[in-house]
Amino acid sequence: MSRAEALQTRAGRRPSPLWTFGLLRSELVTTLRRWRTLALLAVLAAVPVLVGIAVKLETRGGSTAGPGGGDGPAFIAQITNNGLFLVFTALAATLPFFLPMAVGVVAGDAIAGEAGSGTLRYLLVAPAGRTRLLLTKYTTVMAFCVLATLVVAVSALIVGALLFPLGELTTISGTRISFAEGLGRALLIALVVAASLVGVAALGLFVSTLTNSGIAAMATTVGLLITVQILDQIPQLHALQPYLFSHYWLSFADLVRDPVYWDDLVKNLGLQALYAAVFGSAAWARFTTKDISA
Amino acid sequence: MDEPSARERDSGDAAERDPQDARAHVIATRGLTKRYRGGQLAVDGLDLTVPAGSVFGFLGPNGSGKTTTIRMLMGLIEPTSGTARVLGRPMPRATRAVLPQVGALIEGPALYGFLSGRDNLLRYDAADPTADPRTRRARVAAALDRVGLAAAAGKKARAYSLGMKQRLGLAAALLQPRRLLVLDEPTNGLDPQGMREIRALIRELASDGTTVFLSSHLLDEIEQVCTHAAVMTQGRLVTQGAVADLAAGARGRLAVTTPDPGEAARVLKEQGVGDVTVDGDRVTGEPPAQDLAEVNAALVAAGVRVRGFTLEQASLEDAFVALTGEGFDVAG
Repeated sequence: MSRAEALQTRAGRRPSPLWTFGLLRSELVTTLRRWRTLALLAVLAAVPVLVGIAVKLETRGGSTAGPGGGDGPAFIAQITNNGLFLVFTALAATLPFFLPMAVGVVAGDAIAGEAGSGTLRYLLVAPAGRTRLLLTKYTTVMAFCVLATLVVAVSALIVGALLFPLGELTTISGTRISFAEGLGRALLIALVVAASLVGVAALGLFVSTLTNSGIAAMATTVGLLITVQILDQIPQLHALQPYLFSHYWLSFADLVRDPVYWDDLVKNLGLQALYAAVFGSAAWARFTTKDISA
Repeated sequence: MDEPSARERDSGDAAERDPQDARAHVIATRGLTKRYRGGQLAVDGLDLTVPAGSVFGFLGPNGSGKTTTIRMLMGLIEPTSGTARVLGRPMPRATRAVLPQVGALIEGPALYGFLSGRDNLLRYDAADPTADPRTRRARVAAALDRVGLAAAAGKKARAYSLGMKQRLGLAAALLQPRRLLVLDEPTNGLDPQGMREIRALIRELASDGTTVFLSSHLLDEIEQVCTHAAVMTQGRLVTQGAVADLAAGARGRLAVTTPDPGEAARVLKEQGVGDVTVDGDRVTGEPPAQDLAEVNAALVAAGVRVRGFTLEQASLEDAFVALTGEGFDVAG
């Protein structure tokens, strides 16, 4: 085809609105092909394995696992009775740090990493469009939230099924529900945990638009995560704590009550939506007006 | 900030009404200025005009504002004041309409090291919402072939040499038929054979009607491939025009090699040669208006034994040094 013909075809051709999702597909595939993403997922998958083996070893003599409880949900004592509780335990163990750290790394790197390697300027002159690129990045980070949570849940379910009996389970309220319903609740919990990470994802994406160094953005996001977790433990900051994104995280345990206690769950989801709106807008305002000099 | 953008809107509409103007000037900037937050003036009142179909050389010492200009043209940086129009549309407002028709290589290639060369191009192509996914693989293969990377397409970009990365960057600019190619130092990192290939490719693209905007620090490269050129120094445009005119601006010198330099200098002065200087057996001066054959005849008639009689053509380099008053790789 001669060049003139090619130009003519180009002019006559009408781009389909669906073509715009090519970037999202490319972004998802590219994220999953990064060695770092796979390493993060491998760490997350290893946590339930370690917890499961530890519980198995500790209870080999026939006794049930330790006193359980503390502040966290008292799931660990139940694992020996029902492997499904390993899913709840593993999510409770990874939600305070491992999961948000993984999300912080992926979100922090989203824009800053591309800027640091120079690929951002080529995406923008392609032209990806700044708003489109930011939306694509945020969607990808949220997809990673779901994937990371499911990796923990599925790994825990497999380990739980291999090491412990499965069957009817006792809720925190003391009632018994069928295994099928328990499995449904586990899936619901996984989705709520994934939604709990939306706030960190938005925060990380905003930080990512502020710098041209992926490492700096990741470190800042994870640093903020740790700071917020510490602030949430200081009693004197009682008034501030309901606004910290991690404050209602462990409310997902209320889904194992019968009937389900919704108050804190709703507060958690509302808070995550607020963070997503505030930091999402801030990221958009920053990224669409920024001079790309890297 | 508000006032120029209002004017920009008017001129943008005017350009859409008058496609003739858009076709004549692929790039047109007016008073384009960028002051960075630190107060540093990177580009100062640039009026750049790139005619359609030209191979336009963009020259200047390091730090003269070339890259900032290119980034403003590509909508990556917002101008502090002034307007920039690319393909007749205002930038950065019309990026979505303009950039699919522009291929760019800006400040060297940037690649995903963990992806193969082919996957890098697939990703850049996916970023363009006007690129047809059904023809994507074929276009990527054609672009790789065109820059001579077909054999290394499956290799991870991390393992590429600088020259191969440069070729891959060029391939990304050639994924679609383009009306304008903006190439910043396209032969950087290439061996002499690679440079020749890339220059041949640029000539081939230009002969197809693509306008090429080429920034380079290699003056002979500009002389070899460019029809037009502009020279920038310290954020300002010193000159722009056809390469032949620019080189002619700095006039050549007449050089006579002779065993009788004293007598030759006297005759040359008589013949209207200015600024005559004698250096051993070489006498040089500014050529006079009259036919040089007459000058030579006069020398011979006066008994001057002439070994050599040449007009040394001014190079673009002479023109450049004359215009910027500095050596080439000096930071401005």
